[in-house]
Amino acid sequence: MQPQIAFQQTDTTDLAVKMALNNLSVYYKDFRAIKDITLPVYEHRVTAIIGPSGCGKSTLLRALNRMNDLIPGARVEGEVLLDGENIYAPGQDVVDIRRRVGMVFQRPNPFPMSVYDNVAFGPRLLGLRKKAVLDEIVERSLRAAALWDHVKDKLGQSGMALSGGQQQRLCIARAIAVEPEVILMDEPTSALDPIATLNIEDLIQTLKENFTIVIVTHNMQQAARISDFTAFLSMDDDRAGYLVEFGPTVDLFTNPKEKLTEDYITGRFG
Amino acid sequence: MNESIYNHIDLPSNYRRRKITNAVMLSLTGLTVVLAVIPLIWITVYVVMKGGRYINLDLFTRLPAPMGMSGGGVLHAIEGTFVMVTLASLIAIPLALLAAFYLLARPNTTLAHALRFSTDMLAGIPSIVIGLFGYAVIVVTQKHFSAFAGGVVLAIIMLPVVLRSAEEMLKLVPGEMREGALALGSPEWMAALKVVLPAAAEGIITGIMLGIARAVGETAPLLFTALGNDNYEIGRIIRDGIHYHQSLGQILSNIFGQPADALPLTLWKYAQQPYQERVQLAWAVAFVLMVLALGLNVIARLWLAYRRRKLYG
Repeated sequence: MQPQIAFQQTDTTDLAVKMALNNLSVYYKDFRAIKDITLPVYEHRVTAIIGPSGCGKSTLLRALNRMNDLIPGARVEGEVLLDGENIYAPGQDVVDIRRRVGMVFQRPNPFPMSVYDNVAFGPRLLGLRKKAVLDEIVERSLRAAALWDHVKDKLGQSGMALSGGQQQRLCIARAIAVEPEVILMDEPTSALDPIATLNIEDLIQTLKENFTIVIVTHNMQQAARISDFTAFLSMDDDRAGYLVEFGPTVDLFTNPKEKLTEDYITGRFG
Repeated sequence: MNESIYNHIDLPSNYRRRKITNAVMLSLTGLTVVLAVIPLIWITVYVVMKGGRYINLDLFTRLPAPMGMSGGGVLHAIEGTFVMVTLASLIAIPLALLAAFYLLARPNTTLAHALRFSTDMLAGIPSIVIGLFGYAVIVVTQKHFSAFAGGVVLAIIMLPVVLRSAEEMLKLVPGEMREGALALGSPEWMAALKVVLPAAAEGIITGIMLGIARAVGETAPLLFTALGNDNYEIGRIIRDGIHYHQSLGQILSNIFGQPADALPLTLWKYAQQPYQERVQLAWAVAFVLMVLALGLNVIARLWLAYRRRKLYG
């Protein structure tokens, strides 16, 4: 028996569009990984990206803060708007884009330094040196990531000595310490046990009050549990990912417009 | 009708045979382990027995006694090794680390392939040829042998060892860690310096220790470059320098500019001299060299254990 899922209530009428993808295609050399994706990302909402393996979910996510720039041979066609400005326009500062659009990765990746230094890394990078301010930011970020109570007595301990779930919350704290506007999460719970997964999911619900969140997940239950909007991607014959359907999560899961979406969410393929 | 295969099989004898084969094979592998360890133990015990008894304070504090006379030490060789290996490290380690970071950041460029290929070639060149190169390029142009020339050829020998091990260690750092720093808006050099380097520090330091151990043990390339110098004594050079009011630059050029000795070089020379006392000194040097190599290894391992405890709790 399927567990009952309480969908988020979504009212799209007065939502602000924080980011928008316009006919976005990403190529790795000659291979087109995703093609012609057009998609809004609403402010203070959780947008989930789902789809079968290899359909370009991560590529799409990484296009939102130009992490694909790091891959030799990767190039982008189309636009990604952040507050109406194309982040791929000439003259855009990639460092500033990544400050505004933070990222949490699939495998927890704490830096090889203390818990405190992990969280202070971003602010220090931006030139913040005042100890008192740093202390406050570290505490605030760790609190926001629901980690403060666990680590407040061991801030000097290595971040790599924490448990997997705590490491991932540390990475979230590290991401929010620079006060980004959008947080991208690339399957943030796939390396965690069920309890740690639930903790992160609860955390995402509180985070959306202050941030806009885009999350890639291969877990459809998770998308249904935590997201307000869902984009379903699939692959066409030449393995390029394309957008099958986008809409409020409740609609997509209960009343999909496309046959492919219905097949996927009912487990008939993927 | 299907006949059971067990009508044709003698199960107890089969099991017995398999057990015996297993026991034989296991003892064979155990024996090879012992065989592999024997050379190390043999060499260690032999050198300790032959050289250990000549270890005394003079060995570390005095210059060699004139030929045929007993007493004296190998201070000149210890100081020469120290000076040349320090110089070699100062040249080779930064170069190797920076190049390794380049290989990590741009692994597939033409330059990276060329670098990897030439490093491997360099590692394969017999060290005596590198010594000859140092002779042709430095000694001949300067018209004298020197500790400087020795340090440079040792740096060439260290470079590939440190570079390739550093690259391997940097590659082991999960890519997500570097990306995590970049996703926070960190420039590439800072992600490399603050995040990737500390994460790979253990392995890199082991590689550096290996490189230093290699340089400490080299004899052949020094024959053409440092030559040897029974009177090499830094303390005296500095005292003389102060006495004659020389500048720091002059003193340094005296330290690096004259021929110097090194432990393996001294060992090689003294071992073939027809004086009992010199041969004894050679055994003592062998002992010191071995302790040095083992010591470097032990220090590296202790440091690794400490780092690991600190990082992973």
